[in-house]
Amino acid sequence: MEFLFAAPALPLDEAGKYVAGAYIVFVVLLVVYVAIMAAKLQRIEKDLREVAAIAEERKAEKREEVNA
Amino acid sequence: MTPSRTAFAAILGKDLRSELRTLQSLPAMALFAVTTFVIFRFGLDRTSLSGSLASGVLWATLLFAAVLGINRLFVSEREEGGFDAIRLAPIDRTVLFAAKASALVVYLAALELVTVPIFAIFFLEDAAGLGPLVAVLLLTDLGLAATGTLISSMAVNSRARDLLVPLVLLPLSIPLMIAATGATEPLLSLGGPSYDRFGTWLMVLGLYDLIFGLVGYAVFDFLLED
Amino acid sequence: MYGKGLKPLSIAAVAMLALSLSLVFFYAPLDGDQGFIQKIFYVHVPLAITALIGFVAGGVFAILHLRSNDRKWDAYSYVAIHISVIFGVAVLITGAIWAKASWGHWWVWDEPTLVSFLIVFLLYATYYPFRYAIEDRDRQARYASVFAVTAGAFVPLNFMAVRMAESLVHPRTFATAEGGMPGEMMLTFLCSLVAMGLLWTTLVKFELTAKSASGQVKRLRRALDAPVAGGSSRIAPEVS
Repeated sequence: MEFLFAAPALPLDEAGKYVAGAYIVFVVLLVVYVAIMAAKLQRIEKDLREVAAIAEERKAEKREEVNA
Repeated sequence: MTPSRTAFAAILGKDLRSELRTLQSLPAMALFAVTTFVIFRFGLDRTSLSGSLASGVLWATLLFAAVLGINRLFVSEREEGGFDAIRLAPIDRTVLFAAKASALVVYLAALELVTVPIFAIFFLEDAAGLGPLVAVLLLTDLGLAATGTLISSMAVNSRARDLLVPLVLLPLSIPLMIAATGATEPLLSLGGPSYDRFGTWLMVLGLYDLIFGLVGYAVFDFLLED
Repeated sequence: MYGKGLKPLSIAAVAMLALSLSLVFFYAPLDGDQGFIQKIFYVHVPLAITALIGFVAGGVFAILHLRSNDRKWDAYSYVAIHISVIFGVAVLITGAIWAKASWGHWWVWDEPTLVSFLIVFLLYATYYPFRYAIEDRDRQARYASVFAVTAGAFVPLNFMAVRMAESLVHPRTFATAEGGMPGEMMLTFLCSLVAMGLLWTTLVKFELTAKSASGQVKRLRRALDAPVAGGSSRIAPEVS
């Protein structure tokens, strides 16, 4: 914590709130974006599962055809 | 290959003749502008305007009236197959851009010829500033024509046709409006016209016209592809 | 392959962000005029510069799209504009916070850079309803590129015009951004700028990779003659 004393007196009560607010807004927007992309990723995963299931079904059908 | 000049004259002539015959845009634009002046008179509760207020009222009204005309610029091309004709014709397609933009300049000039004197009669104490105002009007018309033609040609092929032009054109025209009002405000000031930074503003207008004229010229070809 | 290089890029972005944040709070000296409030400058201005460069990049990608007719450039242009618009929101909000802290109002018309940015933001915000209004996807991509090129040309012109509109009465409030900035502040600022640039590039690549992944799934579906899942966007370009 020594570094804070190295800088001149920081008016941390009033100004600090605004500076913190600005950086918080930045972080929040970033995290919101990540959340939206996470939702997209979930949808891709679900899609892939369905497609994998369909592919396996096809494979099974083909094996039955060959056997029959 | 039909020379561009012939094609340009042909398209421009067709547009102007058609407008003269049917008078579908110009009277509406002029009426809209004059009515808007009346609304401003009551909205601002003023009977005489000068300086920044006069400049603002004039330019805001002209801009919105221009949007009305710009909305309708390509409607006949779309409805009567003009786009297809241009695609098939052995001409440089950017001629359509130049011709339509020129037609729009003529419409805007006609609009201003009618509405600016009325504005002066309604609100101005003296008309000394109107002479140099012509230069401002002309340069701004060129800029509005360049961007207006570009946006209008895209909007006409979309669903929300009447919405797209105001939506996209207005932010694009802000630098134009800044320069136009910047030049006009000292012209209409109470003590008589002054030319504070007049040349600089005209240069900004010219720069806008040049840049967007070039942009329009460069990209218009891509708009007409099937 | 859009995901290639995404990992080292994101690591570089994180490292740079961490470095610049440390510099901001532990190294950069306090500003003489504004005091601690000036620290907002290190997040607000790099975001703004990056967003503006991003918009111009969107225009450049659009030119490439128009010339090559390769749809991938349309996707690049779309995503570049998308991330820049999001950065733009951050710029305006942090700008408002900074205005409130400095002058007591949430918005001031005196700051030409902030006002110019608002106008640019408003223009690019119309990109979405504009795309949405054009139904044919081919035409939509082409028109969107024309929009991006026009808007890209608009950005510098707009800044110049708004700056000129500034009456000489209002003092240039951003004097600290021009010359006269002490070396430590400049270093911190440059690090923050690089960090934001890396962040922007990471997010663009990230979004393109996600689009590419869904594009590949669609491709799989088509190859298997499986029903295509509903609910694809009317405007976001597909990447495959």
